[in-house]
Amino acid sequence: MSEFRMPSLGADMEAGTVVEWRVHPGDTVKRGDIVALVETEKGLIEIEIFADGVIESLVVPEGEKVPVGTLLAVVRDEGKPPPAVKIEPVKAEPRAPAPTEAPPTAMVPPPPAALQRPRVSPLARKRAKELAVDLATVRGTGEGGAITEADVERAAGRTAAGAPAPAAVPPTTAAADRLAAMRKAIAAAMARSKREIPHYYIGTHIDMSQALAWLTEENLRRPVTERLLYSVLLLKAVALAVHEVPEMNGLWIDGAFRPGTGVHVGVAISLRQGGLVAPAIHDVDKMQLNDLMRAMLDLVKRARTGVLRGSEVSDATITVTNLGEQGAETVFGVIYPPQVALVGFGRVIEQPWAADGMIGARPVIAASLAADHRASDGHRGGRFLAAIDRLLQEPEKL
Amino acid sequence: MTAQVPTKTTYREAVRVAIREALQRDERVFLMGEDVGRYGGCFAVSKGLLAEFGPERIRDTPLSESAFVGAGIGAALGGVRPIVEIMTVNFSLLALDQIVNNAATILHMSGGQFNIPLVIRMTTGAGRQLAAQHSHSLEGWYAHIPGIKVLAPATIEDARGMLWPALEDPDPVLIFEHGSLYNVEGELAADAGTIDICKAAIRRPGTDVSLITYGGTLARTLQAAEALSSEGINAEVIDLRTLRPLDSETIVASVSKTHRAVIVDEGWRSGSISAEITARIVEQAFYDLDAPVARVCSAEVPMPYAKHLEDAALPQVPAIVASARRLVSGHE
Repeated sequence: MSEFRMPSLGADMEAGTVVEWRVHPGDTVKRGDIVALVETEKGLIEIEIFADGVIESLVVPEGEKVPVGTLLAVVRDEGKPPPAVKIEPVKAEPRAPAPTEAPPTAMVPPPPAALQRPRVSPLARKRAKELAVDLATVRGTGEGGAITEADVERAAGRTAAGAPAPAAVPPTTAAADRLAAMRKAIAAAMARSKREIPHYYIGTHIDMSQALAWLTEENLRRPVTERLLYSVLLLKAVALAVHEVPEMNGLWIDGAFRPGTGVHVGVAISLRQGGLVAPAIHDVDKMQLNDLMRAMLDLVKRARTGVLRGSEVSDATITVTNLGEQGAETVFGVIYPPQVALVGFGRVIEQPWAADGMIGARPVIAASLAADHRASDGHRGGRFLAAIDRLLQEPEKL
Repeated sequence: MTAQVPTKTTYREAVRVAIREALQRDERVFLMGEDVGRYGGCFAVSKGLLAEFGPERIRDTPLSESAFVGAGIGAALGGVRPIVEIMTVNFSLLALDQIVNNAATILHMSGGQFNIPLVIRMTTGAGRQLAAQHSHSLEGWYAHIPGIKVLAPATIEDARGMLWPALEDPDPVLIFEHGSLYNVEGELAADAGTIDICKAAIRRPGTDVSLITYGGTLARTLQAAEALSSEGINAEVIDLRTLRPLDSETIVASVSKTHRAVIVDEGWRSGSISAEITARIVEQAFYDLDAPVARVCSAEVPMPYAKHLEDAALPQVPAIVASARRLVSGHE
């Protein structure tokens, strides 16, 4: 017997709405099967199950919004008889009226995300709820930076004096709501990143002439539908460079670096309606370029139509942001916590380049690294960028 | 009626007056223990009582705590009202079987037929360079036992006023007198009355932090509160007075008001009465806490003989001040 619970799909997720069950009681499921569609601030996410078995009961009905960690379904081991005791479906508590509903915070850290829980006194937590203060915005002055009642009162005073009350906001459409929720989630994650992660930044220019020449030749041999974009080369190079500098790949949790169990590269995708997601492609270091290309296109398409899988949203161990052809020359990224590194690529620019005593025009890309100084130092970061550069000089080996 | 003038007295004198009054008030009351008669008590508490009340009621006993505590239980069963003095808590360990297995249980074991109206007084605590075997503060241990009451008079008023209600209680009552208190001088109202032995006392009202203590550490805790007030921290001081039953109501009301608690206990920290108080605060006032509960206890070592080491091992004013400051302002 196992329990299927509302997963945490990232540092900033507090709750999710079960939009649709894709299984029914009695269905046999296998690890990795998509069992439900869940709506979060990041849009609709397909949720996978992580155990084999038979669905015993669905505990949360469709349409219900429940906090992360809530029991969604009970899964019986295959071949075992149903238990004598029937588990009654639970009714979620009626939703609080809008003005008192606390805004989402980046600080509800259920396992497995297990992020650093902020130190908030029980009294401060109670007052924050009463005053509808977002604890993510409160600076703690208690012992070890703990948030105390006085800190919450101060924050409440500031809010009351400053921004208009939430009730004053005119009614919005569902899409605008989702966008606002995503903005809030991004705000919480990014604020937390800048608050907690001591970033260091380094950058280098990489000559892309070898890579692009190889790509042009390679694409000539391919049907149009199977042609590669240079961004897959960048992704693959980053994933392989991680093997040389493994401290870039993993999570910083509870004051310690936890190396990633695989190289799951989060790909920053900006959405047309606004906002940003960075779902992961799993085990990029082991993928062929063909598969990687297909995975990337599929991911971009699904991100933009709003249906991602739970494991994609929560599993990234390093993130790559690529500004592409419309972008700026250089990007200085903000790490997505609890990851420890973000690799940024600017636009490919043709510029004068000196090599072998000659000056010529070459396509050049500015690669940057934003890394968590708790987990690594600039010297290692430099080696990491150098490895990416070297790998891109031999594109046929990627 | 003439005006009642407070008299200057000592804690020792207040205990003696309380015993004397009890002996006068109820002829069933008698005192027994080691050296309580001819010697006048190891701490001179019963000096003069033998001459006044005679050897029938002020009885010297052999050096056998188990025997004379057992005799006290028997006497109480027989219908008299014994006050048994055990010289110090250290020696009470020899009488643990009588106290825990008999005094505390006979009412229950007899199906409610036989109660034990026994009072046991003993000295407790460290601070007088008596070293590891004579400095215990084990009243917290006794507070673990259902069937007995445990009192810890910390003031002259309580020393004077707790004995009579203890004697009136139908069940065994243990009174722990901290050895450092006997010489404490102060004023006592001539009409000082008895004390509600189930109620803690607020010795100093405050708003910012509750300092919870009892017995020998009350004076130091009040000094700490004074020092804190000069820093603008308004501490409330609770004197528990009774360790069993513990007055949770007063503790919880205070902590719910101040949102912070420091427990000062001369006992060792692990498994102590301070641990029990912490648990009750967390159980009953969790959502009112604005900081973790802090404790200032004795160092977990056998009590050293050397003065400077003994001082270092015991709860002192600077440690109490630092703990309270940390809870209120986030740093020591």
